[in-house]
Amino acid sequence: MEDKAINTTRCIIIGASHAGVNCAFALRKAGWDGDITLFDADPTLPYHRPPLSKAYLTSDDGIEKNLLKSADSYEKENITLNLGLTVSAIDKSNHTITTSDGKVHSYNKLVIATGARPFIPPIAGLEQAHQLYPLRSAADVNHIRSALKQSPSKRVVIIGGGYIGLETAASMRKLGASVTVLEREQRILARVTAPVMSDFFSLLHAQHGVEILTSKNVARITTSPDYNMVICDDGSEYPADIIVVGVGIRVNTELAQAAQLDINNGIVVDDQARSSDPDIYAIGDCSYHFNPHYDRFIRLESVQNAVDQAKVAAASICGEAPIYDSLPWFWSDQYEVKLQMVGLSTGYNNIVLRKELSDDGLTEHKFSLWYFKDETLLAVDAVNNAKAYVVATKLLKSGTTVDQVKLADNNQELNPANLV
Amino acid sequence: MAKITFITQDNISVVVEGQSGSLMALAVENGIKGIDGDCGGVCSCATCHVHVQADQMQLAGEASEIEKDMLELDDNVSEFSRLCCQIEISDALDGIVLTVAN
Ligand SMILES: Cc1cc2nc3c(=O)[nH]c(=O)nc-3n(C[C@H](O)[C@H](O)[C@H](O)COP(=O)(O)OP(=O)(O)OC[C@H]3O[C@@H](n4cnc5c(N)ncnc54)[C@H](O)[C@@H]3O)c2cc1C
Ligand code: FES
Repeated sequence: MEDKAINTTRCIIIGASHAGVNCAFALRKAGWDGDITLFDADPTLPYHRPPLSKAYLTSDDGIEKNLLKSADSYEKENITLNLGLTVSAIDKSNHTITTSDGKVHSYNKLVIATGARPFIPPIAGLEQAHQLYPLRSAADVNHIRSALKQSPSKRVVIIGGGYIGLETAASMRKLGASVTVLEREQRILARVTAPVMSDFFSLLHAQHGVEILTSKNVARITTSPDYNMVICDDGSEYPADIIVVGVGIRVNTELAQAAQLDINNGIVVDDQARSSDPDIYAIGDCSYHFNPHYDRFIRLESVQNAVDQAKVAAASICGEAPIYDSLPWFWSDQYEVKLQMVGLSTGYNNIVLRKELSDDGLTEHKFSLWYFKDETLLAVDAVNNAKAYVVATKLLKSGTTVDQVKLADNNQELNPANLV
Repeated sequence: MAKITFITQDNISVVVEGQSGSLMALAVENGIKGIDGDCGGVCSCATCHVHVQADQMQLAGEASEIEKDMLELDDNVSEFSRLCCQIEISDALDGIVLTVAN
């Protein structure tokens, strides 16, 4: 046969973050002995994103304390890392990609792990604002950290009351800033949790001195030499030395779209993370995939999804027949509160709130929210309650029907056997 | 400075030295197989599971409540299990031997 093919087997991965990097290492583990080449526009060695709004924001550490893998590991596994290079085009019929330096690289298998970028809303005056940042990359956070250090009055306005906005608020408070969160919806976290949870986090932030304002639609930003004024459409105004924009993301699908892959709220993939072209995979935040637990297509923004899909794609590329059927999970850390979520709550029609008893009575800060559709458990949000998170994970995986009356009874210890 | 031995699932012993930070970070820095540290070290993913040698449990210390709960996600949990992102490196850990659980 042709032995030239053996020497030229190459997998190219576009995007070296949670999905791309994990895929590269999983490929080696699954036995891929051809080239593995990663490209990323970000010049920094690939790092963990979740700490960016949490511990990394409040620390003085460099990003090298938060690397996904050490520099040596890439070398050891013979994985080529090309940083600071943007991929500008995919030519699927010729099996090549083009990078911003004009070079063309050929592949046998291509993995798109381009993730997402912050959405910057079209607010009048936003472009001119001083010290206005999104929060997605290490560079964003480095800018925010130094802006905060240099600001004597440290007035921070955060546009958007989602997880990133709220984690940023908590971290900024820790750094001594005065923080206002402006949320357009009637409650924070409106898209992702039930009202009980929104109320809990509103109160938590109020107790820590963060001003959380809802139904606030930012209309424009005016900028004077030393600060900005954030103006809402109800006429209210908020002075800000620093503005953080956390209103969601846009999926990086442009490359895939230009290559005429199927797109639908993300790059459409099958249960092995293959796109509409059999030699091109898409994983992580940019993939629109089927979830068998919930019997529908979804797009997820989580480390879990990035890592698990990376492993499935790697196995598939190496000729195995894996199936992506992970249960989604996610976490958020704010102040001393740890929120852990498992499953997808969309479509629930019933909630059971379970508060745990502690030695000194009821603890406000240890509870779990169980989302049901009729009798079926869909998802659980656990606050300072890893046990509820773990029990819920087991129940969701096994598809066990949960007795909702027993669940609500906090005199019963929380374990799977007590809930059926 | 503490000398720490990781024994991976393919039975390879790797001796590394650490000064500060978590054992998970040290393992990742040294590319120890089986320590993924997917959550970045905040006790949310359970991908940094190690078994401590029985006679060294007092060196590692006991797992916190949340850590014990998270360990239950892994099938091969034992009384010597720890999530090593929750163990801070100090001189006291010198000589500790950890078997990577996965
Ligand atoms: C502040 C913050 C906090 C978070 N907290 C949590 C949390 O607590 N828990 C959780 O589970 N998840 C959290 N997430 C989400 C999680 O980080 C993402 O789901 C994860 O990063 C997705 O990984 P990915 O590799 O798919 O995409 P990304 O991380 O978006 O990476 C995509 C990479 O592709 C590169 N790229 C894109 N286009 C090109 C191109 N054309 N050429 C070259 N390179 C390109 C980008 O530079 C980027 O590095 C958080 C995210 C942020 C920003
Ligand atoms: S690194 Fe995630 S639990 Fe230790």
